[in-house]
Amino acid sequence: MEILDRDGLNHLVDSLLATGHRVIGPTVRDSAIVLDELSGGAQLPDGWGVEVAPGSYRLRRREDMAVFAHSAGPQSWKQFVHPARRKLWQTDRDGEYVPAEEDRTPLAFLGVRGCDLAALGILGQVLGDGPRPLVIAANCTEPGGLCFCSSMGTGPAAGPGYDLVLTELLDPHRFLVEVGTPRGARALLPVPRRSARGPEVASARSQVASATGRMGRVMPEVDLRTLLRDSSAAQRWNDVAQRCLTCGNCTMVCPTCFCTSTEDVTDLTGQHAERWQHWVSCFEIDFSHLHGGSVRTSAASRYRQWLTHKLSSWYDQFGSSGCVGCGRCIGWCPVGIDITEEAAALAAERSGSDARA
Amino acid sequence: MSGDPLLPLPYVVTDRAPETDDTVTLRLKPVRLTIPRLRPGQFTMLYVRGVGEIPISISGNLSVVDGSLTHTVREVGAVSRALCAAPVGTVIGVRGPFGTGWDLPSACDTDVLVVAGGLGLAPLRPVVLAALAQRWRYRRLILVVGARTPDDLLYRRELDEWARREDMAVVLTVDRPTQGWRGQVGFVTEPLSWLALDPSATTAFLCGPEPMMRFCASALLRRGILAGQIRLSLERNMQCGLGQCGHCQLGPLLVCWDGPVVNYAAVGALLTIKEL
Repeated sequence: MEILDRDGLNHLVDSLLATGHRVIGPTVRDSAIVLDELSGGAQLPDGWGVEVAPGSYRLRRREDMAVFAHSAGPQSWKQFVHPARRKLWQTDRDGEYVPAEEDRTPLAFLGVRGCDLAALGILGQVLGDGPRPLVIAANCTEPGGLCFCSSMGTGPAAGPGYDLVLTELLDPHRFLVEVGTPRGARALLPVPRRSARGPEVASARSQVASATGRMGRVMPEVDLRTLLRDSSAAQRWNDVAQRCLTCGNCTMVCPTCFCTSTEDVTDLTGQHAERWQHWVSCFEIDFSHLHGGSVRTSAASRYRQWLTHKLSSWYDQFGSSGCVGCGRCIGWCPVGIDITEEAAALAAERSGSDARA
Repeated sequence: MSGDPLLPLPYVVTDRAPETDDTVTLRLKPVRLTIPRLRPGQFTMLYVRGVGEIPISISGNLSVVDGSLTHTVREVGAVSRALCAAPVGTVIGVRGPFGTGWDLPSACDTDVLVVAGGLGLAPLRPVVLAALAQRWRYRRLILVVGARTPDDLLYRRELDEWARREDMAVVLTVDRPTQGWRGQVGFVTEPLSWLALDPSATTAFLCGPEPMMRFCASALLRRGILAGQIRLSLERNMQCGLGQCGHCQLGPLLVCWDGPVVNYAAVGALLTIKEL
């Protein structure tokens, strides 16, 4: 285990850029910490934190200069591995279908937290693995008010799948770096660093461990897969439907929601046609459209579909939960619907009806 | 064959036969490359240039191996309207095959009961043709077909030929008879209550509107046929065919991947949940 200082982090970014990577990392823009292409380590959000609550997200200045001490922002890494809109193919009058060219520039993700690293693994499971980005994870030492990764088993320590993992230490500001793969070791080679001392490692470990107890949210301690599978007739769906605007924000910010529609377009002459794929939401009425009408028209049925898929039928389809506990769906819900609260209400309703039975 | 399942292959319409007022059977031949062979029950995604793409079950005789595809399409939306109107010579994009098949061979040595409602006969036609082609493998072959009116029956000439055969039983029923109608009158579920069935050795294949399949399955359960002996073909919004777009979910199932042909034992309970 080794130690990078703050300049070392800039070196790491520079050397990734020099080896032809598109480096994606957190940066401050539009009053939020967004994920964007970095041209240098100085763009990282030194000293910025966030205050989050249901339906609310505000940046705040921190008293320290921590880079990774902010919980999930409005974007996830999904947009870089599963773009919001992409061309699939085009065809001209010759009738041949030509696949769209893909940008093959290698990606490097800097500062991926455990929840989001798990989400990348889940997306790979759903969509098939594309070219793997270099992942520099960040163990979480400062969970936010909407976080519940420890309930979902995805954090605060980043799980498997990273090439390098950083743990941020303050006073003095430095990063414990651990190597996950030979690819990560190669990326680290040109970067100035020193060996970690025992107390530094211990301090890093204890900060990550203590983060477990500082989650703002917690999922009810029940088998969520069974709970949701058996709750299709719950009264709670009508209750949440009174509040849900079916806007689909939760699905857009969710790091694992993957649903797409295709769109076929032509130019005015009809000579040139293209197919595009874009993100859609199961909250849209058209999502389940069949001739004769949509399958899911009521808000209750659409919310039920989303939550049941996320927490239960995802296991049947893809072998894991679809929720990683990042809390984005709570923060960006305009009416502050809280997935942990809804799950708890369903669990309470279930245990109530079990007790009556 | 194309390596990319998202990329259509061009096929040309070589024959166009109207079945009813709103339904057409198209025969497609590959322009160059062919998609892999389909099994009865599977579907392709058909793309009409500039209009869009929809899933359509295969309805042809699948023992014909000249690379052609036969699809029966009913006009219900923009793409199906464009397909129905496509004249001979039109180039259509084809992807597939997708989904599960009827798995007729597993019904070997049982009675084969085929129940079709309306356009539901289209995906079942390859089952009947395959059973007739290897008639000795199966015991009785019973086909029950329901339609709104006699004019809504598909494959009319073929149905008449099948009805004349000694080695299969054909029951036709319509909701609204017209003059000269000599078949049954009533829903397709009704013959299921009086047909002579051997519940211990019958495999049922159902296709039609979802309520029709639910009622048929209930009628068959009442006759002592086990849920596991009933197969049905489901319809959902499908855009990719690969279990990746999310539209076709039915509870735990991705219908394009786990279906369209599913076992009633696996979906019976799901189909009773409204708006699932």
